[in-house]
Amino acid sequence: MSEYVLELKGITKIFPGIRALDRVEFQLKKGEIHALMGENGAGKSTFIKVITGVHQAEEGEMFLDGRKVSFRGPQDAQKAGIAAIYQHATAYPHLTVAENIFMGHEKMRRGMIDWKAMNCGAKELLDVLSAEFGPTDLMGSLSVAQQQMVEIAHALSVNARILIMDEPTAALTKAESEKLYEITEKLRDDGVSVIFISHRFEDMYRLATRVTVFRDAHYIGTYDVDGISNADLIKAMVGRDIKMLFPKPEVEFGDEMLRVEKLSRTGYFEDVSFSVRRGEILGLTGLVGARRTEVAQVIFGIEKASRGDIYVEGEKVQIHSPLDAMRHGIGLLTEDRQRYGLILEWGIGRNITLPELPRYTRNGLLKEKEENRKAARYAEDVDVKAVTVFDPAGSLSGGNQQKVVVAKVLGSEMKVLILDEPTKGVDVGSKAAIYEIMGELAQKGYAIIMISSEMPEILGMCDRVVVMCDGRVTGELGREELDQERILVLAMTRQKHGDKGGGGLE
Amino acid sequence: MANKSGRTILFEKKVTLRSVLATREAMLILLFLAVNLMNISISPNYLNSYTLFTNINSFMVKGFIALPMAYVLLLGEIDISVGSMVCLSATILGLVYNGTGSILLAIFTALAAGTLCGAFNGLILTQFTELASMIVTLATMTLYRGFSEMLLGDKSTNGMRNVEWFMDIYDGRVGHVPYLFLMFCILAVIFGVVMHKTVFGRRMYAIGANQESARYSGIQVQKIRMIVFTLTGLISGLAGVFYCAWMGTVKNNIAEGYEMEAICMCVLGGISTDGGKGNFPGVLIAIFTMGLLRYGLGLININSEIINIIIGMLLVLVVMLPELKRIFK
Repeated sequence: MSEYVLELKGITKIFPGIRALDRVEFQLKKGEIHALMGENGAGKSTFIKVITGVHQAEEGEMFLDGRKVSFRGPQDAQKAGIAAIYQHATAYPHLTVAENIFMGHEKMRRGMIDWKAMNCGAKELLDVLSAEFGPTDLMGSLSVAQQQMVEIAHALSVNARILIMDEPTAALTKAESEKLYEITEKLRDDGVSVIFISHRFEDMYRLATRVTVFRDAHYIGTYDVDGISNADLIKAMVGRDIKMLFPKPEVEFGDEMLRVEKLSRTGYFEDVSFSVRRGEILGLTGLVGARRTEVAQVIFGIEKASRGDIYVEGEKVQIHSPLDAMRHGIGLLTEDRQRYGLILEWGIGRNITLPELPRYTRNGLLKEKEENRKAARYAEDVDVKAVTVFDPAGSLSGGNQQKVVVAKVLGSEMKVLILDEPTKGVDVGSKAAIYEIMGELAQKGYAIIMISSEMPEILGMCDRVVVMCDGRVTGELGREELDQERILVLAMTRQKHGDKGGGGLE
Repeated sequence: MANKSGRTILFEKKVTLRSVLATREAMLILLFLAVNLMNISISPNYLNSYTLFTNINSFMVKGFIALPMAYVLLLGEIDISVGSMVCLSATILGLVYNGTGSILLAIFTALAAGTLCGAFNGLILTQFTELASMIVTLATMTLYRGFSEMLLGDKSTNGMRNVEWFMDIYDGRVGHVPYLFLMFCILAVIFGVVMHKTVFGRRMYAIGANQESARYSGIQVQKIRMIVFTLTGLISGLAGVFYCAWMGTVKNNIAEGYEMEAICMCVLGGISTDGGKGNFPGVLIAIFTMGLLRYGLGLININSEIINIIIGMLLVLVVMLPELKRIFK
């Protein structure tokens, strides 16, 4: 028998244009709680999906109890006793707790569902977890924490020996987290091995004995939790110095272009205030779930603010729709460009001219020749790799799609640009190009707000950084004060009072 | 700017014979010609322009509804209340004329009624954006039909028959060309130009292709949906007026099934029910293809049920065509 219940060696997973995992190692001992840490995009989620059989690795080997295995699908992993619980419950809200627990392996008698046996079985499992709800309660009526318990019960019902928890505490209050810790420890004492993914250091210190760190799709190392300092761990997670790769030009700042004061959206974020000047690149960072995108959506008129004011060039403005925002010179590059930024079936030319169509008309009719010529010029300006303006946007790579979105914003004269994760899903080459364009836009006098979770680009490109956690601004750092550890500490600063936090539930 | 590669992007459209032949419109024209050839072989008199226009006039009322229906489908929506709106407008025209003796007032009220019905559809759909247009207009289809039934009972109204100039809207001709056909042509050109050559048209395409992207591009999606559904009501009201001029009598069951007929014409013409796809010329060709096919099949005494089967099969075939092309490539 091997010392490890689960061991992965040299796992490489390649997605089109991107290496999501690069020769990654991992070892899980029987009955241990093992933390897996790393920045967003480090490859943790992909790694989990390889273990649970959702993705198949291109290279590498996986051993279960010392025996080599290869999963062709999630069912194989399930049969091998591996179960996963995610941050957002993936359950069926209209079914009962018992139905959710036994989903996929219902207890049957003579071809019919045996409700009695199922409810009894569910009750037993819930008792083990000392849950305060019954097997016949509707899943949708439970809190997120309770739904997670149901998922844990589900894992127990399939006799899982390896339990993977992906950011389970992200949406929980302190008290709920404590309960989850206790359950997890109980499972460990019963011999279950747990992989625990979390951004919260407190989770790791409370639970784990060992921690493995990934960074940029690479395995960095495995450490004993007692033997590594907080500072060293953070360094392992972010530790790199590629500041020089960012072509950040020095720009004289001009007048204040956009200011938000005490902006709030009930249930999402509260009292968010910041401002950005002409020529300045303001970073807005935080961990996933810090509600940065939601702030951008309110400024751009997608969602309504419940409180707070927005000022453009010193004047208070009312923004009820994206059209209002654009009229005030605010442009938004969304995080999900395929869904919100582009019409994939359309040629890049039409995509670029869409926001400013009236400009290409004479007597109410579109002048398509001129439209196409202008669109081609905007696309050339940002160096989109396309042959004609009729090439469908969907046929381009992620980086080039992002450039089309940039060209689209340049076609409409904006003063303030909000870039939401501008390099997400973009290959390294295009990343550099997008940074360069950002720098040039700042030089041209745009005020830029860059929402990003990627530490290097925040450090490399921003003049000032506002850090958010749980829907609140937890700090603001000037360029001289910028360093990774400070940002990480602020990004994990939860409100001390009030367990609920500003985050709320989705 | 950042362009260091010196790459240029072409912006002139190359039109080749091949690309023209590959369009759906080319295929539709072939189908249109085939239908006409069939009709000529059945009836040597088919091409006599007087009778030809008589036949064309008989499907013009449906043709009018297909015009705004193309917009509705382009948005990715559907409006199945059009038949009921035609009936309610026609009902109101008949009753108002009988009540007041003023045909102008009657026409005006009928148009207003259609517009209001359409606006009501639009209002519900834009205020409660999560409701599907299929469901909402299914409900108002029954509702508007119900109004007609309440107003007319099982009677019919036919007073307008006595107003000669009103009946001439349908019967009158310039030479051999009916007024109705001329009006259709004018309206069709306007609808086509708006769809393809204006900002409004492009925005409709954008909404149909990706409503969220359209919204993020500053397009007022709900305003455009409201306009299109209201417009559909107005044109349905107009079709109701024409129906009165055609039949000279209104009952509470008229124009049943017109919605499906109009949708069929649009789909045959290449407007995808998913929204965002299709061309207006295709719809026009499809209107005439379907109308004339019905007429031709009627000529050889095929009864209307069988005609429906044939047209239904044709539609299935045409809708499948892009898929078939892909399979056999």
